[in-house]
Parts: sequence; structure tokens; C-alpha cells
Amino acid sequence: MPSTLPDGDPAPRDGALPPSALAELAGRGFGIYVHVPFCVTRCGYCDFNTYTAEELGPAPGASRSSYADAAIAEVRLAGDVLGEARVPASTVFVGGGTPTLLPPEDLGRILRAVESEFGLVEGAEVTTEANPESVDRDYLERLRAQGFTRVSFGMQSARPHVLATLDRQHTPGRPEQCVQEARAAGFAHVNLDLIYGTPGESAADWQASLDAAVAAGPDHLSAYALIVEEGTRLAAQIRRGMLAAPDDDVLADRYLQADETLTRAGYEWYEVSNWSRQPGDRCAHNLLYWTGANWWGIGPGAHSHVGGVRWWNAKHPAAYADRLAAGASPAHGRETLDTETRRVEQIMLELRLVDGLDTGALDPAGVAAAGVAARDGLLQPAALAAGHAVLTTRGRLLADALVRRLLGWDVSDEAEATLSAS
Amino acid sequence: MPLALVPVSVRLPGGVVAARGMMNDVPPTRPNGSSVPVAPASAPQPGHTDPALIRNFCVIAHIDHGKSTLADRMLQLTGVVEERAMRAQYLDRMDIERERGITIKSQAVRLPWQATAGAGTGETYILNLIDTPGHVDFTYEVSRSLAACEGAVLLVDAAQGIEAQTLANLYLALDADLHIIPVLNKIDLPSAQPDKYAAELAHIIGCDVSDVLRVSAKTGEGVEHLLNEIVAQVPAPQGEADAPARALIFDSVYDTYRGVVTYIRVVDGAIGNRQRVLMMSTKASHETLEVGVISPEPTRSESISVGEVGYIMTGVKEVRQSRVGDTVTLAGNRAETPLAGYRHPNPMVYAGLYPVDGDDYPDLRDALDKLQLNDAALLYEPETSGALGFGFRCGFLGLLHMEIVRERLEREFNLDLISTAPNVVYRVVMEDGGEVVVTNPSEFPGGTGAPVQQSGMPKGKIAEVHEPVVRATILTPADFIGAVMELCQSRRGQLQGMDYLSTDRVEMRYTLPLAEIVFDFFDALKSRTRGYASLDYEPTGEQAADLVKVDILLHGDTVDAFSAIVHKDKAYSYGVSMAQKLKELIPRQQFEVPIQAAIGSRIIARESIRAIRKDVLAKCYGGDITRKRKLLEKQKEGKKRMKMVGRVEVPQEAFVAALSTTDSGPGQGAGKK
Repeated sequence: MPSTLPDGDPAPRDGALPPSALAELAGRGFGIYVHVPFCVTRCGYCDFNTYTAEELGPAPGASRSSYADAAIAEVRLAGDVLGEARVPASTVFVGGGTPTLLPPEDLGRILRAVESEFGLVEGAEVTTEANPESVDRDYLERLRAQGFTRVSFGMQSARPHVLATLDRQHTPGRPEQCVQEARAAGFAHVNLDLIYGTPGESAADWQASLDAAVAAGPDHLSAYALIVEEGTRLAAQIRRGMLAAPDDDVLADRYLQADETLTRAGYEWYEVSNWSRQPGDRCAHNLLYWTGANWWGIGPGAHSHVGGVRWWNAKHPAAYADRLAAGASPAHGRETLDTETRRVEQIMLELRLVDGLDTGALDPAGVAAAGVAARDGLLQPAALAAGHAVLTTRGRLLADALVRRLLGWDVSDEAEATLSAS
Repeated sequence: MPLALVPVSVRLPGGVVAARGMMNDVPPTRPNGSSVPVAPASAPQPGHTDPALIRNFCVIAHIDHGKSTLADRMLQLTGVVEERAMRAQYLDRMDIERERGITIKSQAVRLPWQATAGAGTGETYILNLIDTPGHVDFTYEVSRSLAACEGAVLLVDAAQGIEAQTLANLYLALDADLHIIPVLNKIDLPSAQPDKYAAELAHIIGCDVSDVLRVSAKTGEGVEHLLNEIVAQVPAPQGEADAPARALIFDSVYDTYRGVVTYIRVVDGAIGNRQRVLMMSTKASHETLEVGVISPEPTRSESISVGEVGYIMTGVKEVRQSRVGDTVTLAGNRAETPLAGYRHPNPMVYAGLYPVDGDDYPDLRDALDKLQLNDAALLYEPETSGALGFGFRCGFLGLLHMEIVRERLEREFNLDLISTAPNVVYRVVMEDGGEVVVTNPSEFPGGTGAPVQQSGMPKGKIAEVHEPVVRATILTPADFIGAVMELCQSRRGQLQGMDYLSTDRVEMRYTLPLAEIVFDFFDALKSRTRGYASLDYEPTGEQAADLVKVDILLHGDTVDAFSAIVHKDKAYSYGVSMAQKLKELIPRQQFEVPIQAAIGSRIIARESIRAIRKDVLAKCYGGDITRKRKLLEKQKEGKKRMKMVGRVEVPQEAFVAALSTTDSGPGQGAGKK
């Protein structure tokens, strides 16, 4: 979750939602996201909304020990706001930051609050992110005992110099051990996150990371191109010429390398940066985001979406806790999406998925553009014929450009239209 | 008059910044009139001035040689501006004028001067100071100013010596039989070398060193003496007071409120208020609504008569009805023969001007219409470019004129423009005897690179291509003769002659193709002579040359805006440099884009822009969605500034950079800079 909040409209103090938004809750998946904004150290590439103990200082209400209480207070508020319209949560996802800096029992207390406010559907996916160095077997067992079903480890790389550039604290090999420990603790679903394109990472380094991750046997893998975010230490190092910026062509090569390795190892891509063993191993929570479903984000800076209303909380843990303590919604701003904006988001998000975008969402020019894209090798022709815009491997690397074309936001539209007409 | 409205800062082709407007600027009509001193009661009044007491003169000077400051001192000494109302460069107040919507120019200031020395001591004379532009593009304007004078003050910086353009204007003045008073200015400067430059001036004019006056316009030293010398040396105008009126139009400008203001020099007779005047060439006839003189504010008078300089207004809205060079006479008492006018200049340099945002096209058309009211030399006609959309092909007197017009369009009319590379006019003779005049490279016959042959373009083979040539005069310290020769040779120049102005300054005369100097010649000259050389040129005709059109193709489509007519020997380097430049400037597309340079169907250079392979954000989770959508919306806005060439998106910036004259263009080969 990027730390810069968007511009938006002010949110009402009580966080109330219009009835039209509430009406959309029924019949769709509903997720709870919990943002834990604490880290031991800040990694040089990270622009997430997270704070080290030093950065937070002695601010009251912003400490790790009081965090669970603040989060629970927001869960209660969420229950009040959704009221009669509330539905059981199908997923819970605890992210960060480093959620595992909190004791598993704190995470469990938040989960209990979600259960009591909303209930959990049968077989709900309950995930937490974890840093390999912050957990051990005992911790994982306690997490499992609290009701977590899935754990996602930030592995990033198997190569020490890459981990060093990324400021990651764990030693190579530790994430793979974590996978075994999580399995032993009873987690059916384990994910490893990988990052490619780090300055100084060679194709061989990346291959070593992919091989190590595959060998550890998770049922789910995410691989992200390193994004140099403004304001990070990494961006400063690149600006000063201390590190080389990731090259787009290299990133493309790395992506193809990952896709090939993971496909050969039996993983299937189901979103641009995500692969799983079986369809049932896909991350149900993330799929809510990508399919325009509803979720409530708990915690500082967390974003929520309910029925076309999107809002985001106050960023700083102290400001967040203060608002809740005052009985107010921690929402800092919100936007109400109109039909066209929701369509834009649908195209932008669903195109990233293996099931693709229903071409019913496209206007006639968009349908024509999809036809051209299929001919250009960006969309799978067979799927398109069946009414689904599904990316090819090359298309996945050019997904954003394709989104613009499908929306008619590209100057080449006219040319495309002419071509498709001819 | 292109320079009239604002004292624009002009970038010369060489990037030299020169303050313009120092001479064509106009004092406003002051509503309160408080600071305008009353002319001495004894001073002759307009319409009643004995020609024997009139001295019409101009000041020929290079930019920065102190003309405006000298004018200030003259205004003060003659008392037309009071001490307390005086400010620097009194006549340069166009910005203020413009804010007030008044655009009357002070082309000629009437200065009553009671001579303090010489034969006429004690007598009040009328000195008319008539402005001249200093740049070569405006030679024709200099000519018309000179035609209104009997004498010229040649003002030269005593620390720098004469410059090529000043020399050119001096020759024009000598051709017009004007009496020349050589004057060294800035003698107060520590770096002044008055003896050296007095000798140089004496050598050029053929006068005695002691005839060269020395002044400091800044301190006022010697200015009184100069005024007395003007009285003593400049001949009084000759004309017949009783003959039918004849007056030469030497300028006309458009004023938003009052219509066209026409500046005239009365040669014979008189022109009065509420009289019906006739323009002898256009036969247009109008009643004068006002006549007057500028002193230094416009001052109405009953009439202006033989030998005098002043203005008339008729309420006409179109400058072209009051054509510079025409003769004004009275409808009721017509003169038989018009005065010798001057040739209207033909544009020497053409370029396409296009709005960056296609929606601004109507605004650009309106802006050009308005500019032309005050700038009859500006020509334009609509044209369409496959790459740039709708725009205008504009003809200019020269590069400076082009820069000024473009700057005024951007500053005064708030337009964002793309200009194509300037080109000269070519005359193409076909084998079947047909002839094509090419003002736009895309009209060059036989461009087989174009996918669609333009209708009306002659088929068949080219027999000969003619290009305009100029006679260039370069003044340089003798140390740089070699460097100048090398430069001129590389630009297909032919040395016509060389003279030493003094022991260490040389005048070199070259014949050069105009096309070779419209790009960066002035820049190159300055850099090779450490800024010391100066340049002047005038068109002298045309020559046949081995010229070809080089087309640039993007993804197989000719980009008309990049086509150029170049000498055969430079075609390859032009093609290579453009292809390389475009490779850097055009962002990668979703497919590979070949860039080719071609002469006809022959490819002479080739580059390629590799296809973009990655355009996707790796992460897009709940908190990223709004940001990601906004990023897409921003990219959509960015796309609006793209122009499509076939299927290739080319950012506006790429056109601007590729067409910038400072480091590109047919005049310059690859490998420089």
C-alpha cells in the first residue's frame, strides 16, 4: 500500500455510507484487510505506510502494544456503518508493514473481532504476511492456532547481495525453511513473494531465486518487478548514480524467465504477477480487489471499497488511533465512483486476470481495439472469440498499454480503428 | 513594420540576444499632457515651417551602440521632454503603450533646435529624427526611412568599431545620396579607442579623421555640438511649396482605436486636415481625420507642408490600403507623377507554423491576421501537414523576422507553436520546360517517398534546381580570416573580395547560398571568431545547384515536416543526423519502428526504434487502484500531446527538438556538436 494518499472528497465523521453502496454488499465476496504499519527497519525500496519504532517516537496510541485495540475499534465501527447490510467475511488479509512484529495473539484478537462483528464464511481464507526473520516454528504454530489459514513470506531473493541492496534482513535459505515450518504448523496455503530487477541482480541470480523458491514448494508465488518509488532511499541512490535504474527490457526478460520457470514447475499464472499450483490455491482476498468486490481496510492508511465508494484512512498511526479514540471514523478521504469510472477500473483490473475481461464491458471501439490487440499477439484469439479478453504472455508485459487502447485513451485509436476496419 | 509593437527581445540565429524596438517605438498620447513642455513660442509651427529651417536625418547604428541614449539626450537638449519627465530610452515604451491599447509609433520625432554655434546661431531649426531598424532583415525598411531624410548620423561605438550591418546600412545611405555625419559614441568608456575607430570611419567614408565627431550619449558630452553640426551639414529639403502635394509613405501602422496611422514625408505642397487624399498606386481615396507631428507625443496640426515629416489618419482599418512606398497626393489637386517608391520585399525564408494543440488553429489564423495589420511583409497561407495537422506556411524577410513573428504569436497571442525547419525558395525547372516554385520541401517534385503523390505535382524529371544566393559581408579581426574562410567554404561560399578596414580589421565579401546561412551560420561565425565577427547579407539572385530532397520515413510513412532540400554532398549527413536524432526523441512503441532517410526511393540512412516490451505495473492491490487509475488518466492526457504519424506516436517535443534550428537542419552536417 503506497504511502501517498490520493486526493479525494472529505469522508463523513461517522464514516456512513449511502444506501446504494450498502445495497451492493449482498451476494458478493466481502473481505477484511488489516494494515499493520510497523517495521523493525525501513527497506530502501519501500514506500509503504509503515513506521519503525524510532520513526513513531513516543506518540500515544501509535504503539505496537496498543495497535490491536485501535484496529478492533475500527472493526466495531465497520460493523456499525454496515449495520443491517453486513455480510460474513469471505477473506481476511493482514498485511504491512510487518504484521508478525505483533504477537499472534494480538492478530488473533483482531480476527475474533471480525468474527464477532461480521462472522466468517465456511472455509474463509485468513492470510497474514510475514517476514522470514520475524517468525519461527513456535510463532507459526500459534498463528495457525489463532485461525490463520494462509501465510505469505517476503522472500524477495535467494542471493545475499540482492537482499543487501533491498535492505532485507533475513539470510538466504530462511524463507524456504519458513515454508517447511508453516507446512508443519498446518498451513495449507503458503506463498513466497519475489522481487526481480534489483540493481546488481543478474539473470543467473534471478534464476537461483526462482529455483530456490520452487524447491521450497509453496502452493503460490508472486513475482514483482522492482518499482523505484519516488521519495525512497533507492530512488535517491539511483538519482545520485550510486545504483543503476532497472531497465524495462531487462525486467521484461526477467518476467519471461519467471513465467517459464514457474510454468515448467507446475505453477499457472492467474494474475500478471501471481502464480499458483491449483486454481484453489489462488489468493481469494486479492481476487476480491481484482474483481471489484467489497472490502473494508482496517488500520492506518488502509483503503476500503464498498459498492462504488472508496475511502482511505488517516495515514499516521497516531492520527488514526486518535480519531477512533474520539469515536470518529478514521477515514481521511473518499471518492464515489461513477459508472464510467467503475468500468475503467473493471477493465484495468480484470484484464490482468487469467479469466480475463468480459468483452461486454467494452464499447464498440474497445471491442475493435481488442481485435487488433489479438492480431498484434497481445490477447488470446480463442478466448476473445468466446467473449473474454485474456492476455498472452507478451500481452501481460504490455497490459497497461492495452488497457489504454481498450479504453480509447490512446492516440493510435483512430489508426487502430482504420486498421481493423480494413 | 514587424518591430513596432513591443521592444521584443530577439534571439538572432546565433542565439545572440538583441534588444529590439529601440527605434520604432512610440510615445503615447498623454491624456494629461503634463510632462510635455510647450515648444518655444519662437519655434516654427507645423504647416508653416520654412523648408530652409528643416533638417531631416536618421541615425544609423548597430544594436547597443547607443542610438536610444543619443535620442534621449537630443530630446532633453531640444527641450521637447522636460528634465523631470525624462527617463531612459524615452522612445522605447511600447510595453506601456500596449497595455493602454495605443500603438502609435514615433517613427519621426520633431525637435525644435535653436542653434548655439555656426552660421545659424540663434535661429530655431526643425530637426526631424527618423528611425531606422538595424537588422539586415529589414533592409527595405531602412531604405524607406532613408528616403525621407537628407542626412544620416553614422553612430559607432568607440570601443567596438563599425559592424557589418551598420556598414550595409551606411552603403544604403550613401546610395541614397545622404550626407553622412560620422560620430563615435561612448567616448567616456575606459576601453574606448576613438583615434583608432575614427581612422577606420574616415577610411570607410573617405572623409578626414577630424570630421569624425566624438560624443558620449550617456554623459551628454558632444551632443550639443552634434545638433549644431546637423544644422550646419545636413542639407535642407528641396521641394515645391506650390506644386500639387506629394508625400512619401515611409511607414504605416495599425492602431486598435484609430485605425491606420500613416507616416509621411511631404516632398511637395502640403497636406491638411479634413482634406481628401489619394494613394497614387492603390487609388484609394480617403478624408484625413487628423494630421500632425510627433514631438515626442502626437500633436495635431492644421497641415504638414513641404519638407516636413508627420502623420495622417483616415480611419482606414487596413494597413495594405496605405502601402509603404506609395505616394500620397490630394484628390482635388492631383500630382502627375508619383515619387520613386521602393520595391516591396519578397519573403526570403519560409517555414510552417502549426499549433501544438490542433484546437488552436482558428486562434493562430486570427493572430496572423492581426499581426499582418502591422507587418505587411508577413505572408501566410493555410497548409496541411500529414504530421503536424493544420497550420500555415509563412514567408518571412529573414530569420530574425521569423523569430520575431513566432515570438509575438506565442507571447502576445498565447499560442504554443511548432515551427518546421525554415527553408528558402527554390525554382525547379523540369525537363519538359515546366517550372515549379517550391516554398515547402514537400512540394519538391519527384518525392517518391511520399505514399500519395500530391495532385498537381509535376511528373517527369528535374532539369535544374535554382536556389537564392546572397552577397554576404563579414567584418572580422584579421586573426580570424582563416577561420571565416574555412566556414564559408564549408557552406559553399565563394570569396568575392577582401579589404582591410584598418590594420587589424578586415571586410570579407562572399557569395553564399541563402539556404546555407539560414540555419546556424551566424552561430558558427560567432563561435569561430570568439564573437568578434559581424555579418550582413543581401540577396543577389540565384544559382543552379545540385540539390535533392531528403525525406524522413517513420515506419514507412514520410514525415512531411522533416523533409528538407539539401545539397547532394550533405544529403547523407543530414539523413544520418535526423535519423539518429529521431531515434533518441521518439519513445518506443509497441512495435519496432524503422526510421529511414531517403532521396526518392533510395534509402540513404536507417535507424530503428526497438519495440517497447514492458508497459505494466507489477502490483495492483486494493490500495493501489485509485492511484493506478489516476496514472492511466494522466497517461491519457499525455497522449493528447502526441501526433500520429501512421501508427507511430510522436511527442510534440520530438518535433520541436528535431526541428530546432540551433543544432540541426540541412545547413549542418552530421558529426557537429
